[in-house]
Amino acid sequence: MNLPFRVPDQQVTAKGCVDQPVIRERGQREVFCGLTGIVWLHRKIQNAFFLVVGSRTCAHLIQSAAGVMIFAEPRFATAIIDERDLAGLADIDDELDRVVNRLLERRPDIEMLFLVGSCPSEVIKLDLKRAAQRLSSLHLPRVRVLNYSGSGIETTFTQGEDACLAALVADALPDTKPASLVVVGALSDVVEDQFNRLFASMGIENVGFLPARKAGSMPAIGPDTKYLLAQPFLNDTARALDELGATYIPAPFPLGANGTTAWLKAAADVFGVSDERFASATDAGHKRAEKALIRHRETLDGKSIFFFPDSQLELPLARFLHEELGMNLVEVGTPYLHRQHLRQELERLPAGTVLSEGQDVDRQLDRCRESQPDLIVCGLGLANPLEAEGFSTKWSIELVFTPIQGYDQAGDLAGLFARPLNRQARLGGL
Amino acid sequence: MQLTLWTYEGPPHVGAMRIATAMKGLHYVLHAPQGDTYADLLFTMIERRNVRPPVTYTTFQARDLGGDTAELFKTACLEAYERFQPEAMIVGASCTAELIQDDPGGLAQALALPIPVVPLELPSYQKKENWGASETFYRIVRGLCPANTDKASRNPKSCNILGPTALGFRHRDDLNEIRRLLESLGVTVNVIAPYDARPSDIARLGDATFNVILYPEIAENAGRWLEKNCAQSMTTIVPIGIGATRDFIAEVGRLAGIDTTAFLAQETSRLPWYSKSVDSTYLTSKRVFIFGDATHVLAAERMARTEFGFDVVGLGTYSREYARQVREAATRLGVEALITDDYLDVEARIAELQPELILGTQMERHIAKRLGLPCAVISAPVHVQDFPARYSPQMGFEGANVIFDTWVHPLMMGLEEHLIHMFRDDVEFHDGAAPSHLGHASQKAPVGESVSEPMIAASTAQSEPINLEAGWSADAEKELKKIPFFVRGKAKRNTERYASELGITLINVETLYDAKAHFSR
Repeated sequence: MNLPFRVPDQQVTAKGCVDQPVIRERGQREVFCGLTGIVWLHRKIQNAFFLVVGSRTCAHLIQSAAGVMIFAEPRFATAIIDERDLAGLADIDDELDRVVNRLLERRPDIEMLFLVGSCPSEVIKLDLKRAAQRLSSLHLPRVRVLNYSGSGIETTFTQGEDACLAALVADALPDTKPASLVVVGALSDVVEDQFNRLFASMGIENVGFLPARKAGSMPAIGPDTKYLLAQPFLNDTARALDELGATYIPAPFPLGANGTTAWLKAAADVFGVSDERFASATDAGHKRAEKALIRHRETLDGKSIFFFPDSQLELPLARFLHEELGMNLVEVGTPYLHRQHLRQELERLPAGTVLSEGQDVDRQLDRCRESQPDLIVCGLGLANPLEAEGFSTKWSIELVFTPIQGYDQAGDLAGLFARPLNRQARLGGL
Repeated sequence: MQLTLWTYEGPPHVGAMRIATAMKGLHYVLHAPQGDTYADLLFTMIERRNVRPPVTYTTFQARDLGGDTAELFKTACLEAYERFQPEAMIVGASCTAELIQDDPGGLAQALALPIPVVPLELPSYQKKENWGASETFYRIVRGLCPANTDKASRNPKSCNILGPTALGFRHRDDLNEIRRLLESLGVTVNVIAPYDARPSDIARLGDATFNVILYPEIAENAGRWLEKNCAQSMTTIVPIGIGATRDFIAEVGRLAGIDTTAFLAQETSRLPWYSKSVDSTYLTSKRVFIFGDATHVLAAERMARTEFGFDVVGLGTYSREYARQVREAATRLGVEALITDDYLDVEARIAELQPELILGTQMERHIAKRLGLPCAVISAPVHVQDFPARYSPQMGFEGANVIFDTWVHPLMMGLEEHLIHMFRDDVEFHDGAAPSHLGHASQKAPVGESVSEPMIAASTAQSEPINLEAGWSADAEKELKKIPFFVRGKAKRNTERYASELGITLINVETLYDAKAHFSR
């Protein structure tokens, strides 16, 4: 039986974009900071609470990024630093104790609390690590307190999740029997369940997901654990897992039919799953995904796309859109390019693709207007102004809030890119 | 440190952005780290603006902190000038940049740009968004408008309209309504600022005779400066509601030397008749709680009492700068004003008061949802829904009509309220049934929120604990459920208070009705 693994495009050379020069820019970045990750992390880990120690700006950012107050009872809040804290008039430990006590009194369901560092807390060098340890000693066993930084001076957007998971790996994994395979990166629950079924049908047992849905059910990691990254922005988390002796499984990311198959295959090979068993586990899903993509290919084939940097998902998305939907890549911008984790994605991108890292937003807008792409992937600050100039845009933030990984989401993922073009066609007369 | 779930106002530099974005030909260079650009989406998404706010962020990173962040600021400033060619610039720092003390004002002056540069000092750890907007507008007026006390050359019937900003609650439509009103009174509008004003327009503010201050939180400081330096008087009445609009017209008449009697006699608002017509009788003495910015709270308080016939059982504001005025209004009502920017305090007060209607902000909508109470939004912080496609002012006579509809909409209609009271077991009138005109979807409680017993849950979980020794007998509890849910919380609370005062340990049906009689004296 043939493997359902396809490399259809003759443009894909052995090296793709691996040695490609990258435009590196440093200027105004139209990118969220790492605090924004709280918006999905607090939904993913159902009994965790995220307390940002920061300024009013931080509180305002999270509430605005969250679609302005969609949750009546969010599991995040900000301890706003005021001038008394800065002047040293208030004892930071006392202040944090008071805030945390008020919070935990109100939310008896919380079992894990993250103190999240911000730009101001980093600049004034608040030691949140020590604070977390002290608070943990006060509140354990009911609540474990961890810390990480989501500050904009250190992290962009999805790096906040990386920092959060790295903190989990360093301090909060159980001592139980280590998992054999751990999938790392927050996935929606439905995708997690699908992957679980696929691994089970390949005969891979004892699979864990990091983060788990509950603070108390995080997977244990040991020297025999292998891990697959489900997200391309998990640099520090991977390093923390390596320190525990776990082994990284190099793979592209599970976007699209090919991406998902290659990702699953990487794990299957490590676990010695036979080609036959792999095919019988994945063939149906792969075919379903391909079928779901056909309709969107009609809309997207031959269209050009420009990526502004945002979630670090840009390279895997570009690979999927090019390889499986026939889109032309004008520029693929990413806030940070992790060459090791993205190696297989770089290999699969067509040689000559313009890659950019970092941002100078006005210069990038000049390049974008110059190239007149059919579709622009960008953040919320740029989307409406570009639409008003006559471009079609796709908000990149939707790509981290929507189930897009795996076979059964491949069509939905393509649909996210096809929808703005369909909409433009429908509203052509306006 | 203050625990904040939701914040009523952003930081002061967002206030400055509201001024910069409202204006044309002005650019704001903001010393700020990566991430602070989120503020752009407030304007492009919530307000649906079709251009980016005119703001350049320096985007410094941790690795720059040891190096030269000042140089980074200067480069950003120069590049912004060259690219955008503004008529004037404002420069300042966000919260993090304030800590590294680079002095954006001094750095920008040193560049000697050929345009006016207005430095802003906005202390992020003390002040908030509205203060930032007010301070920025004041600095721009002070910096760009020459002092001019030559009243002789002015048209006595000319005014400026000051206060409307980007991202303001209905500023777009209020502005049109008031401009039209002034023009139909025969007043000439010289400059509107900051909305759509250019720096060159600010320079000619002194050509008018008086200033209309639409939003005191934003424009009063600038108005006072103009009073002193350009010998211009200013309006003191915010025209929200019928009474206030009439008073505003009379005030404008005095300032412009116009007889407004005939104009006032022809007033065409629908609110007075709608409110007097008999089907509004059910609005009488509905207990309302009001919270928002001071301007809108004070206006709503007056309207609620004198134009809807409501009882105002509580009011408050997050605008500390206007706490005095709100406290005075509360004193007149014999209630205690709630001056806070802590969402949890507001929630606790509402749970305690159990009003029949909340007039608040998007935050109070959350509280209302949790407690199962009707709510109408009267003030910022804004939400995408606060920028409706239709014309929807709050000010002037049309604004009063809009407010009538907005406040009445969430309530049960009079007859419906009676029917619910009479036929408790009707399938349509079950506990938690929403007003019928709000449709069936709204009857479904969001997951995790109890709407079926909202008032009981609320009063036990949220309100100040009455030292309650008494329990409820099964009969009494059943009887309590026959009381419509929107007044049940109050009934339960009153009965418990009555029982505890009398030392009753088990509340039965008799106690319930004794308490009812006791409290209806």
